[in-house]
Amino acid sequence: MADASFGFSTLQMGELAIGKHVQYILSVEKKKDSFESVVMDHLRMNGAYWGLTTLDLLGKLDSVNADEVISWIMTCQHESGGFSGNIGHDPHILYTLSAVQVLALFNKLDVLDIDKVATYITGLQNEDGSFSGDMWGEVDTRFSYIAICCLSILRCLDKINVEKAVSYILSCKNLDGGFGCTPGGESHAGQIFCCVGALAIMGSLHHVDKDLLGWWLCERQVKSGGLNGRPEKLPDVCYSWWVLSSLIMIDRVHWIDKEKLVKFILDCQDLENGGISDRPDDAVDVFHTYFGVAGLSLLEYPGLKAIDPAYALPVNVVNRIFFGR
Amino acid sequence: MHGRPRKASKPEDEAASTTKAQKLRALQTQFFSFHHSKIYTKEAVELSAKLLEINPESYTAWNYRKLAVEHYLSQPDCNPETVKSVLDDELRVVESALRQNFKSYGAWHHRKWVLSKGHSSVDLELRLLDKFQKADSRNFHAWNYRRFVAELMNRSEKDELKYTEDMIYTNFSNYSAWHNRSVLLSSLLEKKAEGFLSKENLLPEEYEFIHQAIFTDPDDQSGWFYHLWLLDQTVTTDHPLLVSTWPAHGSDVFLVGDRCQNGSFSPFTTVLSDSGSFPIVLYFNQPVKGVSSSTVIIECGFNKNEELLWEPLSVSNSQTAQVWVAHLKCPTSELDSSVEISVGYSKEIVSPRGSQYSHPSTFSFKVHVQPVERDSSRVSVAENILWREENFKVYRAQSEESIPIPSFDQLCIKNGHESTASNWRTEALAKEVECFRELLSLMDCKIGKLTLARLLMAYDVMSFPFANKLVHSEEVLELYNDLMKLDPTHHRYYKDEHSLVLLRKMTSSEESLLQHCFQYKDSVSSAIGNPICLRLNNLSLSRIRAFERLLWVQMLDLSHNELESIEGLEAMQLLYGLSLGNNKLRSLTALEPLRKLKSLRVLDISYNRIGDHSIDTTRYLCSSPLSHSVGSELNDVALINYWEAFYMFKDLNLNQLDIVGNTIADEKFKSVLVKIMPLLKRLDGELLD
Repeated sequence: MADASFGFSTLQMGELAIGKHVQYILSVEKKKDSFESVVMDHLRMNGAYWGLTTLDLLGKLDSVNADEVISWIMTCQHESGGFSGNIGHDPHILYTLSAVQVLALFNKLDVLDIDKVATYITGLQNEDGSFSGDMWGEVDTRFSYIAICCLSILRCLDKINVEKAVSYILSCKNLDGGFGCTPGGESHAGQIFCCVGALAIMGSLHHVDKDLLGWWLCERQVKSGGLNGRPEKLPDVCYSWWVLSSLIMIDRVHWIDKEKLVKFILDCQDLENGGISDRPDDAVDVFHTYFGVAGLSLLEYPGLKAIDPAYALPVNVVNRIFFGR
Repeated sequence: MHGRPRKASKPEDEAASTTKAQKLRALQTQFFSFHHSKIYTKEAVELSAKLLEINPESYTAWNYRKLAVEHYLSQPDCNPETVKSVLDDELRVVESALRQNFKSYGAWHHRKWVLSKGHSSVDLELRLLDKFQKADSRNFHAWNYRRFVAELMNRSEKDELKYTEDMIYTNFSNYSAWHNRSVLLSSLLEKKAEGFLSKENLLPEEYEFIHQAIFTDPDDQSGWFYHLWLLDQTVTTDHPLLVSTWPAHGSDVFLVGDRCQNGSFSPFTTVLSDSGSFPIVLYFNQPVKGVSSSTVIIECGFNKNEELLWEPLSVSNSQTAQVWVAHLKCPTSELDSSVEISVGYSKEIVSPRGSQYSHPSTFSFKVHVQPVERDSSRVSVAENILWREENFKVYRAQSEESIPIPSFDQLCIKNGHESTASNWRTEALAKEVECFRELLSLMDCKIGKLTLARLLMAYDVMSFPFANKLVHSEEVLELYNDLMKLDPTHHRYYKDEHSLVLLRKMTSSEESLLQHCFQYKDSVSSAIGNPICLRLNNLSLSRIRAFERLLWVQMLDLSHNELESIEGLEAMQLLYGLSLGNNKLRSLTALEPLRKLKSLRVLDISYNRIGDHSIDTTRYLCSSPLSHSVGSELNDVALINYWEAFYMFKDLNLNQLDIVGNTIADEKFKSVLVKIMPLLKRLDGELLD
């Protein structure tokens, strides 16, 4: 069986409309008048990360003005060191990671006062090893991932209590091998990515029951080829990232049918106006466009840059951070 | 945008959207000005509620409301009534936000924040939850919040367990409810709560319950994982056990100074000890910590005072591992000596969950040393070991010889209590086997077949723990073959399971193992001596395991299989030569287990797929600076593009490496390898200077 190359016969499955998607991402920024864009105003920093990482994976990061983006990012930084989702909003760890990731994309981490950002994040670690999202104390393993990923990119993971961070994540491990938001929380593919990713970055994947979790994850693939995030739920393009990256980190990605998943993602493209949606024929958005393209990158779709499954940044960016001095 | 249909927007819609957007933006601008000037007037606070009603995800507005609450509660004239009215307001705002967006993290957290101020009542919250959980019984925010309320208000776990039962009876297809049930039950079992003292009594009822779900709709996944959990509860003993060792109990180990001088000793147990020591390997049934010179006692004539250093064989720096190794110095004065090793007489060997090793056991073996007689004429040239068919001949065992796989009955000290305690487990398994056979007689379904395959394997292992008989292996292999056809999407999962069963079957008895034992060429003149080569080649294996039966192997041929991974191979501490040629290894990082094999000298990884893939599936299962498992010691800039090779090969002591037939293996890469491994003598058959 020739499984190394999934005969990407364009006749069968269509192609990734790279040009359209680039256009779509660039256009999202300009459409500030719609109700949707105002509702999403508070998470513009996440949007910047999704859009710009997609452009980089598509080889088109140079179509934006880096200086403009960077100066906007820096105006979102607060006295505490944290970043907000947009100008006027409060700082939160969610947007701090996105800000750091975008700066890493542009190879501009040097504009940061690293100690200041690191101080903000380390200050959010709680006694039990968990992390709060901001000063208001919401605790979630998403924030553990964000803190750990961010500190690792800044090369100062040693500033937190890693042992406790690991043990908190393990306290959220379930009997199905997955992970939830807090102890006792139901397994969810997004949450599993956060926990597996954080453990990967901390060199602690030996705590994961790879065969059990791998089976749970590979059973997320439904008949249409798409992946869902929990049992008996609908498939959604965003899980192409959450499930796939987790399966890759634990070396069980061969348990799903990659070809069928590629087809599902390609079927969710808007071939007319660009962008990718959650399911075929739904409305597109930049979030799903990113997860679709990142998923295809993990599936080794030709013509895309490779993305790192733990840091969620292009492999060349991660290698530059860790090996290219 | 989840679940919103894609459609071209009409001009009138766009206009309406723009008007709505302008309104919201104006509201937001006004809100920011209040927030930034710390204005908490009634009007300002009401405006934030309006904003949240339209957009519950506007997290800054929730933050603002918390500040406003704190502001009011800190006023000097604040009395219990004001507190109540302020907090009631918050609960109302949350409720209306949740009606707008049931999945709003910000809204749920705000409610938790209000509750942690001691406001609201369990009844009120459960009523609200009931409403939401009826509307969407799988909403994980609601379930999380339910657990939070139950804990905060000390609602009993038994009441909550009853709630999951009610939810499940309303609709079997509720994974969230089954999940919460597993959480509550394990907590009650752990606490040994009244009515939850023994699994023996509890599990049959739970099996009964889950059967109803699975029989109702076998394709619905809601019950699958719960059933697997029950199976795990039935099979797994909490306490760790020692399942295998090297040297095996009762064996005779021959240590030779160099491989040329082997004579007439058993090829299974003659070991090169040119480093002056030999490994002792302990293989447990689960990862343990606490293996040390104080928990493992060694008695032998030649090692009186020296403490052994036990090393966990795990990829990371963790102090927990299923396999542990220590190196014992060879005797120098005495030529034949006995060694006795006692494990677990003190209580510090524990599983990560904290269960103690509770079956103290002792094994012993004899060590015979052949003094070194250097014959310089024979050691000079590095022989090229070729894994060709014609170089191997079937091994014919001498009449009294046996493979040194441990006899488990000697290793585990049987005790009457444990065996009666296990009876219910075997019975429960037998009952499940019967039940799933019945299911399959009613309908052909994948979960029926997969569960039956798992049950039969578990049953074999449990019924014959000491004999390693696998009476059902043929049937299980057939089930996996069926599954590959029935569910092609997960073909490779079944294929991997099939390989593991096949390997267990082949290693289950001495007789079947001997069929795979070969000797290399004319062993007397060969530089590798005469060890047995275990050949598991050409079996289309996609995964390997059963290492506890293979600890004695020094030469292993796994060529011409379909391996992408060699996970677990680090247990084979005696390996000297290994062929992985003609497999499907995707990257250098997949070789991580080899880094723990200090005896490995000859490695063949030719004709694999190293360098073909842009995505590396073992990037985080190996030691590298990316996972902080090693420091960044890559000082040579020329090596940056080859960091995987650097971390993988720098600690290996290879004499011979074959890597031809991989995309990565161009001339430049080979020159890097020679730089990383200065002791390498042959690369792809060519003698190096």
